[in-house]
Amino acid sequence: MSDQNIGKPVPRKEGRAKVTGAARYVDDLAVPGMLYGVTVRSHVARGRISEIIFGDRIPWDEFTVVTARDIPGANAVALILNDQPYLADRIVNHAEEPILLLAHEDKYLLEEARRAVRVEIEPLPAVFSIEDSLAKKEIVWGEDNVFKSFLVEKGNVDEVWDSPGLVVVEGVYATGAQEQLYIETNGVIATASREEGVVVQGSMQCPYYVHKALVKLFDLPEDKVRVIQTETGGGFGGKEEYPSMIAGHAALLAWKSGRPVKMIYDRAEDMTATTKRHPSRTRHRTAVTRAGQLLGMEIDFVIDGGAYATLSAVVLSRGTIHAAGPYNCPNVRIRSRAVATNAPPHGAFRGFGAPQSIFALERHLDKVAAAVGLAPEELRRRNFISRGETTATGQVIREEVDMGALLDRAFELSDYHAKRERFSRENVGNKIKRGIGFASFMHGAGFTGSGEKYLQSVVGCEATAEGRVRVLAASTEIGQGTNTIFAQIAADALGLDYERVEVVRPDTASVPNSGPTVASRTCMIVGKLVESAALQLKQTLAGAGLLQEPYTAEEFERACREYIEKNGALKSFSQYRQPEGVEWDDEHYRGDAYGAYAWAVYVAEVSVDTLTYEARVEDFVAVQEVGRVIHPVLAAGQIEGGVAQGVGWTLYESVVWAGGRMANGQMTNYIIPTSADIPPIRVHFFENPYAGGPAGAKGIGELPMDGPAPAILNAVEHATGVRFDSVPLTPEAIMEALEGEAVKA
Amino acid sequence: MAREKKGDESSAERDALAREQANAAGGESEMDLLLSEDGEARRRFLKQALIAGGGLAAANLLLHYQTNVAAQTRASANLVSTQTATAGAIPVTLRVNGRDYALQIEPQVTLLDALRERIGLTGSKKGCDRGQCGACTVLADGHRINSCLALAAAYEGAEITTVEGLARGEELHPVQAAFIKHDGFQCGYCTPGQIMSAVGLLHEGCPPGMTVRECMSGNICRCGAYNGIVAAVEEARGAKA
Repeated sequence: MSDQNIGKPVPRKEGRAKVTGAARYVDDLAVPGMLYGVTVRSHVARGRISEIIFGDRIPWDEFTVVTARDIPGANAVALILNDQPYLADRIVNHAEEPILLLAHEDKYLLEEARRAVRVEIEPLPAVFSIEDSLAKKEIVWGEDNVFKSFLVEKGNVDEVWDSPGLVVVEGVYATGAQEQLYIETNGVIATASREEGVVVQGSMQCPYYVHKALVKLFDLPEDKVRVIQTETGGGFGGKEEYPSMIAGHAALLAWKSGRPVKMIYDRAEDMTATTKRHPSRTRHRTAVTRAGQLLGMEIDFVIDGGAYATLSAVVLSRGTIHAAGPYNCPNVRIRSRAVATNAPPHGAFRGFGAPQSIFALERHLDKVAAAVGLAPEELRRRNFISRGETTATGQVIREEVDMGALLDRAFELSDYHAKRERFSRENVGNKIKRGIGFASFMHGAGFTGSGEKYLQSVVGCEATAEGRVRVLAASTEIGQGTNTIFAQIAADALGLDYERVEVVRPDTASVPNSGPTVASRTCMIVGKLVESAALQLKQTLAGAGLLQEPYTAEEFERACREYIEKNGALKSFSQYRQPEGVEWDDEHYRGDAYGAYAWAVYVAEVSVDTLTYEARVEDFVAVQEVGRVIHPVLAAGQIEGGVAQGVGWTLYESVVWAGGRMANGQMTNYIIPTSADIPPIRVHFFENPYAGGPAGAKGIGELPMDGPAPAILNAVEHATGVRFDSVPLTPEAIMEALEGEAVKA
Repeated sequence: MAREKKGDESSAERDALAREQANAAGGESEMDLLLSEDGEARRRFLKQALIAGGGLAAANLLLHYQTNVAAQTRASANLVSTQTATAGAIPVTLRVNGRDYALQIEPQVTLLDALRERIGLTGSKKGCDRGQCGACTVLADGHRINSCLALAAAYEGAEITTVEGLARGEELHPVQAAFIKHDGFQCGYCTPGQIMSAVGLLHEGCPPGMTVRECMSGNICRCGAYNGIVAAVEEARGAKA
C-alpha cells in the first residue's frame, strides 16, 4: 500500500462537471414520449376519505389516474414495519398524505388538473404533540401510539439517589423539526411494464432501498427492477427513505400509462410533504457529588415519529445510545420512546437522533456544573470517558481517547478563557451581549449494534485491459465526496495514480449492494471494503504470476491486459465481516454499539442584540478526532457544512405547524443560513488511526451536526444570564425570556 | 437504459420536430432528448410568482397573455391535445452565451424555462422557482438576475450569460477555477448560480461597507460550503484587482 493519495487534497472527481454546468441532475434529463406526474395529497391530518371529485373543465380522458386500487403488489413502502401506504386507501393519517396520482404530457395542464381534484375527507380526531401522544389523548397508531421503545441500564441508578452528600439536578429539553432543504428537490424518471420490468433513475442516497421497495410494490422478481442514481443535489438524510415513495409513484404512473414518467417535486411540496428531523423532548435527572463526579444519570428521551413508523425505531436507537455522551458514569438508565402523531412522518436527517439527545445532555451538564459550583469544562474533565472505561451500553472503549486534549485545543484556538472573562466584564451595560460556550460529544460510525452484520455489504473492484480501475459500490456521491475518497483509497491500495481510478455510477444492475449511504458509514465501513477489494485485485494478479511488488503503472497495465486476455475479466469483491470481539445484545441493548466513535469539542461565540433580540454566531471552533483524514479539504467541508446546518437548527429554522401541516413551506419564511449568517468555522483534526477503517479513517459526516446547538445555547446563557433549553431559539423566544427577566428585576 | 428507448409513432414525430428545432439551435444529442418534451408544452398558466416578479414588462405581457388563456382554455375544453403550433406563442430571439436562439415561446415562459427546456442549457438550476434560492442566477448584460423570476420575452436584445458560457474551451473561467481550488461546493446544485453570482459581483463590485458574505447572501448553499465560496470569490476579486 502506498500513501501518495490519502491525506492529500486531490481534485474532486466530479468537480469540473459541477462548475461548468455539465453535471446532469434528474430534472436535466428527458426521455422521448415522457409524461409528467403529480400527487394529489390530503389536506386533512386524519380522516376518512368519503369521495374523490374530478372537477370539470379538465380533459380527464387524456390523463393517467392512479389510486391505491391500481397497485400490482403490496401497498406499503418496504422499510422496517411496512406500515406506510404508497397511496392512502380510505383512511388518511397525516396532512399531505398521497391519495391519487396524475400524469399528463403537459405539466402546466397537469397542475391545473391536480387543483381540480377535490378529495372529501371526514376528519377524525388527531394528535399533534409528544405530550398528547404519550397521554393517549387519541390512539392514532397501534395499541398505544408507541412505535418503539428502548431501555438501557448500566449499574443500578435506583440506588444512587438517597446517597448522602449528593446533588440532584433535573432538566427538560426540547428540539424542533428541521427540514433538510437540499437545493435539488426530490425527483425521478420511471419506465415500467410487466414485460420489461421497472427502471427508475433519480436523486437518492440509497438505490437498494428503492430497489427493495419497488420489488414489493410491483411484486416483481429482483432482476426486473433497476434503480440508477443520477447526480444528486444534496440529501442530508432527506433522500434516505423518501425516494422509495416518489420512485414508486412515478413507476405506478408509468406502469399504467405505458409511457415514461418524470416526477419532480415543487419546492413547497418537498418542504411540506417529505420527511424532517424528529422533534424531541428529553428529561434528565442527574446525581453528582459535590466534587463534580457523575454518579447517576436517568434519561427519558422521546421523539415524535409522525404518522408512520418509517425509520423512527433506528433514529431512536442512535439517539438513545448517544444520550449519555462521552462520559464515564457508573449508573445510567436511558428510557426512550418514538411516538406517533398525525404529522407527516419524520425521518432521517444528518445525526439521526443523536443531535437531539446530545443537545439535551450538553445543555444539562452546564446546569449540573453550576449546581456544584464548577466551571462547565471542569465538570466535564472530571467525567470524560477514557480507554478501558465503559459507555452507557457497557461498551469498553478500546481505542485511545483523550477528550481533555481536544478540549484544550478547542479552548486554545477559540481563546475561550480570556473571552469568557472579558465578555462577562464587558456585557454589563452593553446592548450587545457576547458569550462563549462549548459542547463535548462523540458520534458512532456505521450502523448501530448488529446492523452492519445483517447488512453484509459488498464492494467490487474491476480492472480494465488498459489498467484502469473501477470501483463498484452502491454508495452514492451526494456532495460529501464519496467518489473522490473511494478513488483515493483504491489508488493507494494498488499503488496507482488517483486518475487511474474511477467510481462507477450506482446502478443496481451493475453494482453490488454496499448498503445505504447513511450513518457516517461510507468512508469507514464501505471505504474499508473498497480497500480490501482493491488489495484482492492485486493479489489475484500476483497469484497468477503476472505482478510482483514493487511495480510500475505500465507493469500493472500489462498484468491486467494479460489476465483479461486469458480469463475474460478481472474483478474482485469484498464483503463486510464483523471485526473479532465486537458483541452486541439487541434484546438488552448492551455491548458494542458502534465499531468506532469520532470524538469532538466545539466552541461557539455568540452575540445577542438586546434591542432586536437576534442571536448571531460570531466565531466557531470545531476540534475533532476522526481517525485518519482521507481528504483534508473535503473533510473540513463536511465539518463546516454540518456546523452550518447546526447553526440553522439552533437559531433560524422554525417549522410552523398548523393542524399538522407545515405552514411555512417556503424559503422566505422557513429561514436557513446564508453566507452572511455563517461565521468563519475553524476546523482542527486530531488523527488517531482506527484499525477497522481504510488507512485508519472513521466516519465524520454526521458528527458536526451534534455540537453546534448545545454550544450555541451554552454561549447564549453566558451572554444573557438566561437559560434556554429548547431549539430553535428564535428572536421571539429571546424577547419573551429577556422581557420576563426585566419584569423580575 | 431508459433514455435510449424510442417512444411510439406520435412521440417519434415529436422527436423529429424536436430534433429539427434542436438542430436549428445548434443542439447536441442530449438536447434532442430535452427538447422532445417541449414541442408539446402549451396552455401554460401564468404562475403567481411571475406576476410578483415581472415588473412593467410583465404587466404588458400579462395583458397579452390573458387573451391567450381564454383561447387556450377553449382549446382544452375541446380536448384538443395534439396541436402542433403553440397557440399564443410569439417569436423571441434570445442571445445566450454569444449566440442567437430564435424561439417561438408563450409570453409567460420564464427565462429559466426557456434556457433549460427550449434551448437545452440545463446548467442553470431550478431550486425553488420563486426567486428565493438563487440557483437559477444568470447574467443579463453583466448583471445578476434570478432567471426564474424573469420573463424570457422581456430579455430579447439582452446579452444573457449562463454557466455554460464561462469557460473558453478547456480553460475554466477564473471564478470556476477558484471554486474548484477552494472547494466552494459539495452537491453542486447551487453551484452554477453561485458562480454566476460571483462573476456578476466581480463586474458590479461590492458596495462600500458591504462584505462578500453579504453580497453573495442571495445564493443559498445548503451543503454549507460558504467558507469555500467566499474564499473563491475573494481570490477571484484579488486576481481581477
